[in-house]
Amino acid sequence: MKKSLWLSVIFGSLVFTAACGGEEMNSIDPDAEDPADAEETNEGNEANEANNEASGDGEELEIFSWWTGAGEEAGLLAIIDLFEEENPDVEVVNAAVAGGAGTNAQAVLASRMQGNDPPGTFQIHGGAALNTGWVEAGRMEPVTDIYEEEEWMDKFPEDLIDMVTTDDEIYSVPVNIHRSNVVFYNTGIFEEHGLEAPTTFDEFYEVADELEEAGVTPLALGDRESWTSLHLLETVMLGVLGPEGYNDLWTGDLAFDSPEFEEVIDEFDRMLDYINDDHAARNWQDAAQMVAEGDAAMNIMGDWAAGYFATDLGLEPNEDFGWAATPDTEGMFMVVTDNFGLPSGVDNPETVKDFLRFLGSVEAQDTFNPLKGSIPARVDADPEEYNEYGQSTIEDFQEAVLTPSLAHNSAAPAGFVSQADQAVNVFVSSRDKEQVIQSLQQAQDDNIE
Amino acid sequence: MNTNRAGSDRWISLLFILPSIIAIAIFVYGFISWTGYVSFSNWNTLTPDFSFAGLQNYAFLLQDYRFQSGMRNTLFFTIFFIFGVLFMGFMLATFIDSNIKQEWFFRNVFLFPMALSFVVTGVVWQWLLNPSTGVNILFAMLGFDSVPAWYTSTTIAFGFPVGSIEFGLPVAMLSVVIAAVWQMTGFSLAMYLAGLRAIPDEIKEAARMDGATEFQIYRKVIFPMLLPITVSIVIIMGHMSLKIFDLIYAMTGSGANFVTDVPGVYMFETTFRANFFANGAAIAMIMLALVAVIMVPYLISARKGES
Repeated sequence: MKKSLWLSVIFGSLVFTAACGGEEMNSIDPDAEDPADAEETNEGNEANEANNEASGDGEELEIFSWWTGAGEEAGLLAIIDLFEEENPDVEVVNAAVAGGAGTNAQAVLASRMQGNDPPGTFQIHGGAALNTGWVEAGRMEPVTDIYEEEEWMDKFPEDLIDMVTTDDEIYSVPVNIHRSNVVFYNTGIFEEHGLEAPTTFDEFYEVADELEEAGVTPLALGDRESWTSLHLLETVMLGVLGPEGYNDLWTGDLAFDSPEFEEVIDEFDRMLDYINDDHAARNWQDAAQMVAEGDAAMNIMGDWAAGYFATDLGLEPNEDFGWAATPDTEGMFMVVTDNFGLPSGVDNPETVKDFLRFLGSVEAQDTFNPLKGSIPARVDADPEEYNEYGQSTIEDFQEAVLTPSLAHNSAAPAGFVSQADQAVNVFVSSRDKEQVIQSLQQAQDDNIE
Repeated sequence: MNTNRAGSDRWISLLFILPSIIAIAIFVYGFISWTGYVSFSNWNTLTPDFSFAGLQNYAFLLQDYRFQSGMRNTLFFTIFFIFGVLFMGFMLATFIDSNIKQEWFFRNVFLFPMALSFVVTGVVWQWLLNPSTGVNILFAMLGFDSVPAWYTSTTIAFGFPVGSIEFGLPVAMLSVVIAAVWQMTGFSLAMYLAGLRAIPDEIKEAARMDGATEFQIYRKVIFPMLLPITVSIVIIMGHMSLKIFDLIYAMTGSGANFVTDVPGVYMFETTFRANFFANGAAIAMIMLALVAVIMVPYLISARKGES
C-alpha cells in the first residue's frame, strides 16, 4: 500500500518535470504579449535556422536587430532584398530577436559579443548606448573612413554625427530618425470642443482642464513597460530646461537636486493628474489606441506612434490625428536614431562595410524609412517618398536643435537610464517629489562622472 | 574471479555515469561558481571588470527599493500560492474521489491547465483581469459600481514602513496568485488523488466503527496519511514560486511602483538593460540561497529516510 503511494508520488513528480521541460521550451518565446509578436518570433527562429544551414559560406552577412513589428520588419526586409540584388554573391541573414522593447535582443547580443561571436552588424541607438556601451568596451571598429570616402560629412547633420563620435572617430551609420517629443491628438475631439493643440505648459493645462470637464481623459499613458513614463518626463525636462540645460544633466553640470530640476518635477507631477486610471495595464500601443478611438484626447509618444496610426490603424495624418511638439519644445527635436556599426572580430569586415555604405545611401534610407514610419537621417533624401507627417518632420529635423533621448538610451549610460526608469516608475504611483529627486541624484552620482 | 567481476562492473557503471557527472560539474556547479565569482566583482558595465568588489553588490541590493519590493512580493506570492494550490487541489481531489460519474472527464479538465506554459497562462490572465476589458465588464453588467483594479492596484494592504518600502500584502499580487493557482492546482490534485486512493477503506471503516465522525476521520486519519504528499507539494511549489519569472514577465511586468516585481524579473532587466552584470549575478545568488533554504533540509531528511 505504502509502496503504491510512493510510486504515485514519483509518477506525479515525473509528470511535473515533463511539464516543466515544456515550459522552458516555450518561455524562450520572449514576448507573447500579442499574437502578432509570437508569429514574428517564429520567423526569427527560422532566420536563425537558416543561418546555421548556410554557415561555411564566406560571403554571408548577419544583420542583428529587434525590428520585428509590422512596419519595421517590412522596411528591414525591403533593404535586405535591395542589398542582395546589388550584391548577388552576399547572402544576408536576418537575425531579429523580438520582444521587450529590444531588451531580449540586447540579452542575446551581450552573450554573443562576450562569447566572441559578434553578428556582422547590429542595431543600436546612437548616442550613449553606442558610445558608453560597446565602443567604450573596445568592441567596435571605427568607420570614419567610410564617411570620408563617401563624402558623408555634410550629408548627415553635424549634431547627429557628434552623437556617434568618440575621440574623433565615427563608429556607426545612422539609418533613421525618430522624434520623441511629439504630442499626438485626436482631431475630432479637439474640433468638437473647439480646442487647439497646446504649445506651452500653461496651454496644456487649460486644454486638459476643459477636456476633463467634458468627460474626456486628457492624456493617455501606457506604462506597463515603464520607459513610457520616463519618455514623458524627458519631454518635460526638455521643455523646462531647454536643450542646454537638458544636455548639462548628462555631463554633470546640472544637478538633479537643483531648483531648476525641481521645476521639471513640478510640471511632470501636474501632468500626471490628467492621465488614464488603467495606465499600468497598457503598453504604448494601447495608449495610442485610446487616442485613435477617441477614449483619450492626447498622447505623448515618439513618432513611431505616427507609423502605428497610419500603417496599423489606417488613420489619415491631419485628418484623423494631429500632432505638435510637446509643451515648450517648439524648435527642438529629441532624437532617437537607429544605427549600425562594425563589431571587432567579424569574419568579413569588408562585406559589413559594403553593407554600411549601402545603409547610408539615399536609396536605402528612402526604401526603409517610409515603411518603418521614420524619417531618413540624411539631409538630402527625397521628401516626396514620405507621408504628410514625415514631410513636416523632415522639415523640422533640418531646422531644429537636436538633443539625444534619455528614455531611449541616447543621452546617458544604460545604468543611469535603468535607475531613472525605476525612480520614475515609483514616482508615478507615490508622487513623492523628494524621493524621486533624491533617487535621480543618486543615479547621476553613480553613473555620470 | 568473483571480486574481479565486481570490480569491472563498478568501472563500467562509473563509465556510464561519467558523462553526466562531467556535464553537471561544468554546466551546473561550474556556472554557479562563476555567477558567484561575478557577484563579487565590479562588472557593472559592458566592459568586463573582475576586480574584487567585496559585498558591494549585495549591499546595494539590500538597500534598493526595487529589490526590497521584489522580496516582499515573493514572500506573499509564495504563501498565498502554496496555500491556494494545497487547498484547491485537496478540495478537487476529494470531489473526484467521491465516486462521481464521469470521473475521467473532471480529472482531465482540472489537469489540463498544467499542460500550458506559464507564458500562455500569463497572457490569458492578463486579459481576463485587465481592469478595463476583462471580467470587470461582466461585473459592470451585473451592476457593480466599483470594480477591482486587479493587477494594476498599487494598494499595499496592512502596510507599515520597513526599510525603504511599505511592507504589507501587495493586492496586485493576488491576481498573479489566481493565475498561478489556476495553472498548478492540477498538480496537487493528481498528487492528492493518488494519496486518497492509497488510503485503504478498511482504516476508514475501522474509524467509523469506533464512532468517529466524518470530520474526525479527516483530521485523525486522512490528513496525517496525506502528510508526505503535502510536504512534497509544498517543496515543489515553494521552489517554483521563489524562482518565478515567466508568469510575471508575460502577465504584469514589474508593475506600477513595483507591486508585482520579483527578483527574477529584476535580475533579467538589470543585467541586460542596465548592463549591471555583477548586480544581476548577486540577485541570482540570493535566489539560489532562498531555494537552498527550502531544498537542503528536504534533501537531508529524504536521505535519512532512505537509509
